[in-house]
Amino acid sequence: TLRLICTTTAVQRKNVGASGPEKYTEAFIKKQIEEFNLGKRHLANMMGEDPETFTQEDIDRAIAYLFPSGLFDKQARPLMKHPTEVFPEQRKIQWGEDGRPFHFLFYTGKQSYYSLMHETYEKLLTVQKHQDQLIAQDSSIPLQKEKRNLAGSRWLTKIELEEMLLEKVSDDDYSRFIQLLQKLVALPCADIEEKYIQKFSKEVPVQLQKVVIEPLQYDERGVAFSTGEGQRKTARATAVVYDNGTGKITVNGIDILHYFPVLQDREQLLFPFQFLGRIGKHDMVCTVSGGGRSAQAGAIRLASAKALRSFVTEKEVEFMRQAGLLTVDPRVKERKKPGQEGPRRKFTWKKR
Amino acid sequence: DDKLLTEPLSHPDFFSVKELFSLKDLFDARVHLGHKKGCRHRFMEPYIFGCRLDQDIIDLDQTMQHLQLALNFTAHVAYRGGIILFVSRRRQFCHLVESTARACGEYAHTRYWQGGLLTNAHIQFGPGVRLPDLLVFLSTLNNAFEPHVAIRDAAKMNIPTVGVVDTNCNPCLITYPIPGNDDSPAAVELYCKLFRMTIIRAKDKRRQSEAVEELQ
Repeated sequence: TLRLICTTTAVQRKNVGASGPEKYTEAFIKKQIEEFNLGKRHLANMMGEDPETFTQEDIDRAIAYLFPSGLFDKQARPLMKHPTEVFPEQRKIQWGEDGRPFHFLFYTGKQSYYSLMHETYEKLLTVQKHQDQLIAQDSSIPLQKEKRNLAGSRWLTKIELEEMLLEKVSDDDYSRFIQLLQKLVALPCADIEEKYIQKFSKEVPVQLQKVVIEPLQYDERGVAFSTGEGQRKTARATAVVYDNGTGKITVNGIDILHYFPVLQDREQLLFPFQFLGRIGKHDMVCTVSGGGRSAQAGAIRLASAKALRSFVTEKEVEFMRQAGLLTVDPRVKERKKPGQEGPRRKFTWKKR
Repeated sequence: DDKLLTEPLSHPDFFSVKELFSLKDLFDARVHLGHKKGCRHRFMEPYIFGCRLDQDIIDLDQTMQHLQLALNFTAHVAYRGGIILFVSRRRQFCHLVESTARACGEYAHTRYWQGGLLTNAHIQFGPGVRLPDLLVFLSTLNNAFEPHVAIRDAAKMNIPTVGVVDTNCNPCLITYPIPGNDDSPAAVELYCKLFRMTIIRAKDKRRQSEAVEELQ
């Protein structure tokens, strides 16, 4: 390898790019905020509006009017926003005028993370001391008053911790921090530091989204009915199922025998009723549009099954769901791809 | 201002560091206990008083002299407003060292030492960083029982070092070594207490002298 003994000026020049993104001092940001406020008032005067009630939207409109720009990239156009939005939230310069850093762990490199670990360890020590005192007084360790809800809460994720500390946290560091927190929580007298621990735990919404079954509605004659909507491929259907019926089914104002000549489609329509054993008991009026013959039949089947949920017990609803009556069929026509004849079929392969 | 800086240098013990500790205190804090004969480092032999049942005993008279020199030096550095960095890689005393540093108003580093901290500081921290003016080692070895990287880096960057060297440590590159025990909690607590008191004393004296100067 060659060793550079006499260097050229090009090599000696400082590598500006290697120092990372520019850091802003607090004084700089303050000056920017003052300049922004002054500029806002000037702009309001220029536009002839009241400087006190000049909102951000007014500023944007004024700038768009005074500096019209045809550039496509919205971020390249003239911009006048509050400095806190323009300059990213980052660590300002960490040391004062005499050069002494502000934080006592500055020279470690990751000052916020290590100070966090230091604080957490201090809480651990105080809890242990408290425990020792209690043992010295009563010679018994008090039981935990109330077990922390383990299922309802989770610890902060790595990204959330990074946002909190404003500096990068590695996976190893993160796992160490979580281990320390768990150790703290495991002690019997950890209730003292509950407030500190809550800063790092988040609530988890436990319940899954429950499907709400609508109650029965009653029309002018006093007959109970309920509605349901269904879809299959491109067909959309709405069904209204009436109680105390004779098993008459009307589609778009036409009887099913005339609308669906094919037996298979009529079977599809009757399947929900047959499954529940209520063939002659309900009347149905439906509207359907789009799709083809089979798709419309499937759509009406789903719509009627959804409507029947209101007439039936929860157990039977569960049976219907397991039978697949309440699931939307996700199969749709697959698109044709370029270089192939159809969605799957390739062009005929010719040897020469 | 000139008088403030030159006046302490004329006295041998301007901050009266000798009265902070006595031989009995060192003995009670078990500072004289070293490691076993097999762990002995060749360069520590001048500081060792003798060997009893295979365990090395450190000469406390020499320790007293070295400790007095080291504390005097730290006091002078603190008087001139220098940055003092406490370094120790012992997990048991990490919290203690950090709290001592915070109490003095100085800095501590008891975690994993990133390679370019002193030598590559302008890129790691940003342009215009001020490096520490004194490194104080409460334990010269790292977790792998090797000399701490910071000793070599401080020697490279011309930063003076004060360090507690045990019988298995290498006292070569340290400017003010203090032969003594670095494993017992009692010994480390004594060192922390001594450093804290010297630094606070030096800073108070500086503030007093500045106040006196302003009045004149």
